[in-house]
Amino acid sequence: MSTKKYAVAIRDVLQQEMQRDERVFVMGEDIAEQGGIFGCTRGLMEEFGKERVRNTPISEAGFIGAGVGASLTGMRPVIELMYMDFTYVAMDQILNQAAKIRYMYGGKATLPLVIRGQQGIGRGNAGTHSQSVEAFFTHIPGLKVAMPATPADAAGLLRTAIRDNNPIMFFEHKALYAVSGEVPDDPDFSIPFGKAAIMREGADVTVIATSLMVSRALEAAEKLSGEGIDVEVIDPRTILPMDMDTFVGSVKKTGRALVVHEAHRTMGIGAEIAAELTEKAFVYLDAPVARLGAKACTLPFSLVLENAVVPGVDDIVEGVRKICYR
Amino acid sequence: MDNKRLEWIYKTMLTIRNFEDKALSLFESNQLRGSVHLCTGQEAVAATVCSHLRDEDYITSTHRGHGHCIAKGAEPDLAMAELMGKSTGYCLGRGGSMHIADVTKGNLGANAIVAAGLPIASGAALSAKLRGTDQIAVAFFGDGAANEGAFHEALNLAAVWKLPIIFVCENNQFGISTHVDVSTSVKDIAVRAKAYDIPGEVVDGNDVFDIDKAVKKAVARAKAGKGPSLIECKTYRWYGHWTGDPQVYRSKEDVEIWKQKCPIKRLEEYLREHKILTEKEMEKMHSDASSQIDAAAEFALSSPDPDPATVLENVYFEN
Ligand SMILES: Cc1ncc(C[n+]2csc(CCOP(=O)(O)OP(=O)(O)O)c2C)c(N)n1
Repeated sequence: MSTKKYAVAIRDVLQQEMQRDERVFVMGEDIAEQGGIFGCTRGLMEEFGKERVRNTPISEAGFIGAGVGASLTGMRPVIELMYMDFTYVAMDQILNQAAKIRYMYGGKATLPLVIRGQQGIGRGNAGTHSQSVEAFFTHIPGLKVAMPATPADAAGLLRTAIRDNNPIMFFEHKALYAVSGEVPDDPDFSIPFGKAAIMREGADVTVIATSLMVSRALEAAEKLSGEGIDVEVIDPRTILPMDMDTFVGSVKKTGRALVVHEAHRTMGIGAEIAAELTEKAFVYLDAPVARLGAKACTLPFSLVLENAVVPGVDDIVEGVRKICYR
Repeated sequence: MDNKRLEWIYKTMLTIRNFEDKALSLFESNQLRGSVHLCTGQEAVAATVCSHLRDEDYITSTHRGHGHCIAKGAEPDLAMAELMGKSTGYCLGRGGSMHIADVTKGNLGANAIVAAGLPIASGAALSAKLRGTDQIAVAFFGDGAANEGAFHEALNLAAVWKLPIIFVCENNQFGISTHVDVSTSVKDIAVRAKAYDIPGEVVDGNDVFDIDKAVKKAVARAKAGKGPSLIECKTYRWYGHWTGDPQVYRSKEDVEIWKQKCPIKRLEEYLREHKILTEKEMEKMHSDASSQIDAAAEFALSSPDPDPATVLENVYFEN
């Protein structure tokens, strides 16, 4: 085990996978000399050279499309998007091309491709640079979607993503890059997709939270334990595939569930989870499955407003109390 | 160029310079947050281009947009309040530095998405054409933006529809850390005009007169219904890409060389030499600009934050 920051955990896996497999290469804006504006590729150009650590022009549709083409023809590209919000500029290449090619070609094409980068609130970047956009990529079959909340999960899931033969959307969080945690040193350490992590065990309520919301849910759970409410916190880690079995198992025990994500509540993954729980665990539920997510407006620049839009610890506490009828 | 216009350009450049200096110091003292991209050193482009525009003409701008907004008539106090996310700001604190807009003055918005403003400016030019007015549109953008699909699509649309628009590229040589030489297939971005069969011209972006000549021609062409022009202004940003950029990609010497080419100093030399303004008058304009910006900062600092209860307003037009 080593203690490292989330950003370093990502960097180290990129390095190890590039050492292990010559087909792996990284490209993106300002990732070479600069090492990425969040430092996730720092030092890689020095080790692997500019061919495999490739600075791109500001041409997202162009270089994501190039990633699709390179992955179709034997390479294993890992593309960094400076902000995952910029996927919008390249949506056709992601949703119409990367997601669909294998199926449309009758299973005769393989696309080992990772598109990774950060998203979310925390740096005052306003509406086009603070979004949580993961849900878009879960609606179109053909992609897998990961969103690690800890350094170890970032490392383990990224390794799985790079070794997977499918196009993967890998959502990091800008506010998590500086968070430190224990990461196994084993260069094959990986975490399978579709396995949730129980971050805290509890008997009364299940809180399912993603990315930055995991730490907020844990904080809320601490507060609630003082009121005699024992909260179980689960991080799905990948939202496609989604580990419904773990959620159902937990709800069978607690009878109550709250889903918390930073992305907009409307049409978000919380709705999907709530619907699945209703279908699969209806008889165990003592209250409707509740959801918290960003309010239905553009992420505002002002910090006061941003805090009003995205669920905070107190909102989670309140949300739990509500489904406990307190 | 007549003296009135020159004086206006000079004054506008001073306002922009002071605005950026103030934004930097507020950022450094933690009174302002977020992504703040300063245009210090590039003021000549915004001021000279906008000296040819009327309120009813349109611009679209970029993440590095304070200068364009001020030159297109933004009040520094409302702009500074927006940088601080205050309820008195241009966007009521919703947009921040990268989204300052004032549609009433033809500023269709700074834009945090690289190259997103170009097609929008083409649309404004299309609208002017459809409405039969003599309005024109200007799209400001950086060298990095010229590698986005939106740049190419906007130029082609504007060319094929003969829209009254001027594409103004501020080539400050870098997109964040990436030098144009490694990101861009041509030495001069203006060359790309050829691909769309429109005029493309390279000018010294730190020289008011050089910019002015090219803009004059482009405005005349737009108003004559002949279509778009591309003007590439070679310039340099004095500070990092954003406040806090370690700038590993360029040397201090290079920055110094470009500071010697300060567009404001160059204009002052001309004004002095041609006795258009006296030393005293220039000093007064400096101190006026500085006190105007001090007052703007005061206004912004003393303005209230937005009320969280209003956060869901303006998502839709309420019929
Ligand atoms: C579509 C998109 N891609 C990437 C970015 C991140 N980004 C912001 S500014 C910038 C560099 C832009 O360079 P340029 O157009 O030359 O303008 P400059 O910053 O030099 O003024 C980049 C890559 C973005 N905001 N939007």
